[in-house]
Amino acid sequence: MMLKLENVHTFYGQIEALKGVSLDVHPGEIVTLIGANGAGKSTLLMTICGSPHASKGAVLFEGQDITRKPTHVIMQCGLALVPEGRRIFPGLTVQENLQMGGFFADKARLDTDLERVFALFPRLKERRNQRGGTLSGGEQQMLAIGRGLMSRPNLLLLDEPSLGLAPIIIAQIFQILKEIREEGVTIFLVEQNAHRALQLADRGYVLENGRIVLADTGANLLANDQVRKAYLGG
Amino acid sequence: MSGFSLLEFIQQIINGLTLGSIYALIAIGYTMVYGIIGMINFAHGEIYMIGAYVGLLVITALGLFGVGNISAILLVTLAISILVTGSYGWTVERLAYRPLRGSPRLVPLISAIGVSIFLQNYVQLGQGARDVSMQPVLTGGWRFGPADGFQVYLSYMQVLIAVVTVAFMTGLTLFIARSRMGRACRACSEDRAMANLLGIDTDRVIALTFVLGATLAAVAGVLVSMYYGLVNPFIGFIAGLKAFTAAVLGGIGSIPGAMLGGVVLGLAESFASAYLQTEYKDVVAFALLILVLLVRPTGLLGRPDVEKV
Repeated sequence: MMLKLENVHTFYGQIEALKGVSLDVHPGEIVTLIGANGAGKSTLLMTICGSPHASKGAVLFEGQDITRKPTHVIMQCGLALVPEGRRIFPGLTVQENLQMGGFFADKARLDTDLERVFALFPRLKERRNQRGGTLSGGEQQMLAIGRGLMSRPNLLLLDEPSLGLAPIIIAQIFQILKEIREEGVTIFLVEQNAHRALQLADRGYVLENGRIVLADTGANLLANDQVRKAYLGG
Repeated sequence: MSGFSLLEFIQQIINGLTLGSIYALIAIGYTMVYGIIGMINFAHGEIYMIGAYVGLLVITALGLFGVGNISAILLVTLAISILVTGSYGWTVERLAYRPLRGSPRLVPLISAIGVSIFLQNYVQLGQGARDVSMQPVLTGGWRFGPADGFQVYLSYMQVLIAVVTVAFMTGLTLFIARSRMGRACRACSEDRAMANLLGIDTDRVIALTFVLGATLAAVAGVLVSMYYGLVNPFIGFIAGLKAFTAAVLGGIGSIPGAMLGGVVLGLAESFASAYLQTEYKDVVAFALLILVLLVRPTGLLGRPDVEKV
């Protein structure tokens, strides 16, 4: 098992954002989590990263209990986050942003991985010496994904990578996610763009008010009446 | 006052740059810490004071052992002072600020003032409240100008201050721009939580900035004790206040800003002393601060906060 959540509860202050979530991600899968704004999708991803920690339940990554570990330790275990809003470092160059992603790699590995990311995103190579803050939204998203890949994660967590991007860019990003999976990286994708996410994913979960209400294959969820009504515009 | 002669003007520039170098070295500590945790480390002036004490004590001790070579004195003193002062910087962060991480902004600020008072009294108890002095180790200089008129005096010590300051600032700039940890410092000051999500132990990066700030404060302390040959437990207060002003003037959070702010403040004070009266130098220094903040609230080289999504 790549990732396993067992009855996870998370509080944001007084508010219980996750009320007992359990889910599994198997190696090589693309699993998506869909849900409305405020359902707790981002909280779920951040709980996996230990920021905040789950107040109850367990998070297991590759069999290892990471529930109580500090964020920076979790993030060195072989998972990487592409956060909501991309959060690239605007004053650092494209290359420096990527180097931050590969912070723990030695020089040789860093060079190899930079070339790998540049092969995936040729645009970033053209702009390698430009400050991150000067990139367009789509390019920043590519940079955020590239930065995530720089630590050679086994599991890539993505939080709304399509948010605020033009449809043609979204198509590119989803195409690249496919390629990344083919390289052997497991993907856990949180999306509001349910249609695209379910088309891409092997399996999906639907989160409502901090609880998983549906779990099925991507294709079945796409065909599900409830899902169609609530998330796919009828 | 005998009018404005060019030579007097040059003299004031020399004096201003000397003073400004010291301010700038201390100001970098304020600006780096602010850049990364958004806190004004009000104990930083005392860290500088400790650097000056260690400098003076080491130089005196070296004198007792008969070490007369100026470069040997400088290297040994800098090394020991940096080591001791850096440890103080690290310890202060570990004991007084780290446990308060995540609390409201006012809390570590109060803690900083507490540390400042503690360190002043701690040194006072250990070393006495009076001035401690020593024989100057580097005397002499060059004179330029007519034999019967105003002569510009450039002391060897002033040149040494300039050279050491430039060397350490170049070192710091290269470290921040090129090294892996320097990159982490910049990333943390832009988005610390994100750096943490990339696996970086941000507490270690914060500790590093305190040690770097203390290092430059130690350099300033050693240079000042060599220049004036005099320290007391209270020199940190006014020097800290001035350096903080320099940091704000240059744009708090910006390292080149702190360097520029220090130099501008040093020059302003030097010219105020010469062309107005010595008593007016602080008035001019702080008036300049107010003026710059009115026109450019982010300081000379400061950037407005990037809106975080």
